[in-house]
Amino acid sequence: MKTAVIIFPGSNCDQDVLYAVRNTLGTEVRAVWHGEREIPDGTDLVILPGGFSYGDYLRCGAMAARSPVMQAVIDHGRRGGLLLGICNGFQVLTETRLLPGALLTNRIPAFICRPCLLRVESTATPFTSMYAEGQVVQFPIAHADGRYTLPDDELKALEDRGGVVFRYCDGAGNVTEESNPNGAMNGIAGIVNEGGNILGLMPHPERASEAILGGVDGCAFWRSIFSTLQERRV
Amino acid sequence: MDFRRYGIREEEYLAAREALGREPNECELRILGVMWSEHCSYKSTKHLLKLFPNKGDKVVLGPGENAGIVDLGDGLGAAFKVESHNHPSAVAPYQGAATGVGGIIRDILALGARPVASMDGLFFGAPGHGKTAMLSSGIVRGVGDYGNAVGVPTVGGKTVYDPSYNENPLLNAFNLGLVRLDEIVSSQTAKPGQLVVLLGSKTGRDGIAGAAFASVELSDDAKADRPSIQIGDPFAEKLLIEACLELQAKRLIVSMQDMGAAGITSSSSEVAAKSGVGMVLAFDKVPLRAADMEPWEIALSESQERMLLIVEPRHLEEVMAVAERWELDCAVIGETTEGDGYSILFHGEEVASFPASLVGDGCPPIHWPARKPDNLEKGWELDVETLPLPEDWNETLLSLLSEPSLASKEWIYDQYDSMVQTNTVRGPGHPVSVLRIKGRETLVAMVLDADPWKCALDPFRGGAEAVARTVRALAVAGAEPLGLTDCLNFPSPENPEQYWVMMECIKGMAACCEALQCPVVSGNVSLYNESAAGAILPTPVIGTVGVIPSVGQFLPSGRWHDGDVLFQVGPCIPSLAGSQYLLMREGRNRGRPLEFLPDVEAGFVRRALKTARDGVASSGRAVAGGGLAVAIAREATESGLGAVVSFEIPTRRDVLLFGEGGARALYSVPMAKVPLFKSLWRGFPLLELGRVQGAELEINGVISVPVDTLPSPRRIR
Amino acid sequence: MTAWHVHVYIQLKDGVLDTQGKAVERSLHSLGHDSLQAVKIGKYVQLWINADSEQSARQQAVRMCDDLLVNGIIEQFSVEVEGE
Repeated sequence: MKTAVIIFPGSNCDQDVLYAVRNTLGTEVRAVWHGEREIPDGTDLVILPGGFSYGDYLRCGAMAARSPVMQAVIDHGRRGGLLLGICNGFQVLTETRLLPGALLTNRIPAFICRPCLLRVESTATPFTSMYAEGQVVQFPIAHADGRYTLPDDELKALEDRGGVVFRYCDGAGNVTEESNPNGAMNGIAGIVNEGGNILGLMPHPERASEAILGGVDGCAFWRSIFSTLQERRV
Repeated sequence: MDFRRYGIREEEYLAAREALGREPNECELRILGVMWSEHCSYKSTKHLLKLFPNKGDKVVLGPGENAGIVDLGDGLGAAFKVESHNHPSAVAPYQGAATGVGGIIRDILALGARPVASMDGLFFGAPGHGKTAMLSSGIVRGVGDYGNAVGVPTVGGKTVYDPSYNENPLLNAFNLGLVRLDEIVSSQTAKPGQLVVLLGSKTGRDGIAGAAFASVELSDDAKADRPSIQIGDPFAEKLLIEACLELQAKRLIVSMQDMGAAGITSSSSEVAAKSGVGMVLAFDKVPLRAADMEPWEIALSESQERMLLIVEPRHLEEVMAVAERWELDCAVIGETTEGDGYSILFHGEEVASFPASLVGDGCPPIHWPARKPDNLEKGWELDVETLPLPEDWNETLLSLLSEPSLASKEWIYDQYDSMVQTNTVRGPGHPVSVLRIKGRETLVAMVLDADPWKCALDPFRGGAEAVARTVRALAVAGAEPLGLTDCLNFPSPENPEQYWVMMECIKGMAACCEALQCPVVSGNVSLYNESAAGAILPTPVIGTVGVIPSVGQFLPSGRWHDGDVLFQVGPCIPSLAGSQYLLMREGRNRGRPLEFLPDVEAGFVRRALKTARDGVASSGRAVAGGGLAVAIAREATESGLGAVVSFEIPTRRDVLLFGEGGARALYSVPMAKVPLFKSLWRGFPLLELGRVQGAELEINGVISVPVDTLPSPRRIR
Repeated sequence: MTAWHVHVYIQLKDGVLDTQGKAVERSLHSLGHDSLQAVKIGKYVQLWINADSEQSARQQAVRMCDDLLVNGIIEQFSVEVEGE
């Protein structure tokens, strides 16, 4: 399994996600600069990491979505390659329109960093196959613009096709107003595209991948990807 | 020559004239006015700072550099420093705080260290006071927005509320970076014939003479001074960090200096003076944001996100390539020369010329007169026997836990990314902040603390107590203290009583550093923190760094186990002087804090370290603000368990439960390990308090509350 | 070719919750500005464009909005063109 992590100017979770993948899976991970026109041959997974690409100026992710490397990333996604956007990376994916909707300023307009509970809504994705349906996992969030929004008809279409993968919830797995940290529609924390190969989520699985940091719920996320790719090869 | 216009005193003017052998010109006077301001020259405190011990086995780099460095073992060092940005934060809270964070990060970066953790010292006015909400929310957003974007986690801090900060809030920014000891970048290694390179943002008019601004009291028309506030760009800083670390890794730089107060002049003359070289700078080569800037404006601009590099000519091309990759401006603005002449050219004409050492070191020190405050002893009057005991102890405990300075600071640290870089083992809201180092066993622990109330009552004892608090917290967690950094926030030194208080605080801090073998490796001084409304409390802020050999030897807090035995270690007679309890009840600060006992402190630290390392306790917490009762309540809420506490003591219950000061800690010990624990603490006062059990907190029959009704930080699971 | 000064005003679409506007609205109300009806916060971008005609300057500005400046899912915009 080969992973490429794209580094935009202002990305700041690039090294974290590189480390998490290497540490959990022991597989090859490469950093790719945003100015490149290509991603390494044979890349199985492309990750757009968290951070403040281009300072979050104009709109979060807007300028990163139009940087040189993105054409190769988009092609990778269109070919069915696995593509993951975490936090700012999710914002970039919506700006490229590879994923529907947009991420707006939090309901309470401030940055918020804290552990969050999420309900796994779908295990039928390459990113979540090793979780149980309805399982409650804990990943931290750290963002000021994570309020997932899209027009009502598109929201319905997204829900109808089972495109919601993670939802903010409480300890019992209930999706409530209180368990929703940013005001996202329907408590949506992460979604997948129709092809099932492109996932975007606001919470950070790479921050929940080691016991010493206080949680290991993210490990199954990386292992799911690994096992999906193994199966594809067979 | 009207030197006073430039903030220069007569004796300073005379010193400058003598050193130059001629009349200084206007540009030179403007430069000296800033470089010899209190903020840059430490002229009022330089001789006092010599009282601090600054040597030790683990000290790699002491005061005088951009930051101190201590040895973490295995060839790795921790570079750290705390710095004030008080005056800018008072007039432009968001930008002032943001650029404070940016500035301290560049100080760490200048040593070639990767910044890995920030902490912040926040001192706000009374919560109900008119400006406090605006100032505190602006400052917190500024710290958060900058640190979050730049990708350096804010892992801890100290927040205090007191009316003395109403008009003059304090923002002290701490940063810690990691650097391999064989890769430290020095500002002392420039040689003649090398290039002086400016990397980072363009130079504009922002922040001109900000350092001088920080060296006077805040006037009512301080708003008119606003043009001197710098604007921070964390995006540019992030690029600057990556570019500088890449340059260092490729060994393309000889020396590096951040541009903080007094901009190019300060950074370049410092490199020249410390390296013992001369320097010629051509200011027309400086990339500018405003076309028509005067040489003195370029000299003193405090535009943010810039670094000064000294580069071998043969490496210039590669340096430029790295800068281009990170989309940063980069320009050669001069070169180093033989001798010690420092001169500034503008379109070929010399506009200023000094000996390099004059700018940084030439300011004559000021020894202000000191006088013990007349009413100091009066403030010590406190006859405990005349104080009524609380009528409702439950209510008293609950109120104390809700006091602004003691209550949860979640609203603040939720706005900080405390986890980026994925090293945070313990973040904000814990008695110590702990980071792991990837690929190593070692953990780095750090604490930022202050106790301004006790410093106000008895500056010597208060200064010692403030240092001791940080060391106790580290020792209880199992962290051997390696060194500390301090930010000395005081009002004007020109008032003899205020000067005396500062001097005594420093002496007290120094005594504690000496006793606990915890040297001061870096620091910063911020004076003139007063306004028409009055002076701030004397506020030395201490940031202490320690090392824990491995995660197994880290003793956490808030981890009681059912059935554990609770102990207080340390002297049983604390004091209500300057305590949060007394402040809450009386609304005024009085009493005399406990005497500083060097041997007791040292004995405490030794035993606490062994307790953590031998794994004989489940949980431990040094007793600090709010006293034993608050320590018990915090341990209970974080553990989600109750306790039955009952003890006999030779003092009043309110004094033991709410008194503060002295080397004390609360431990929870598994039954099987009690004999071991007791033998470890032999020769030290030890009080068995009770047992962990149930869901209620019961203390001596006077306090009885369900733990889940106590205010507590959010628990996810 | 003439230089044109283009003013672009970007707002969240009606119906998309403007949390910053709401927060500012609450703040102004608490300061006693009772007459305040509503606050919306948007962005104002200035462009200087070389073009043969006002219409061409406007078309280029609109293209820039579509390409980067505006996210059509959540934002709407208007353009004003001024001759230099």
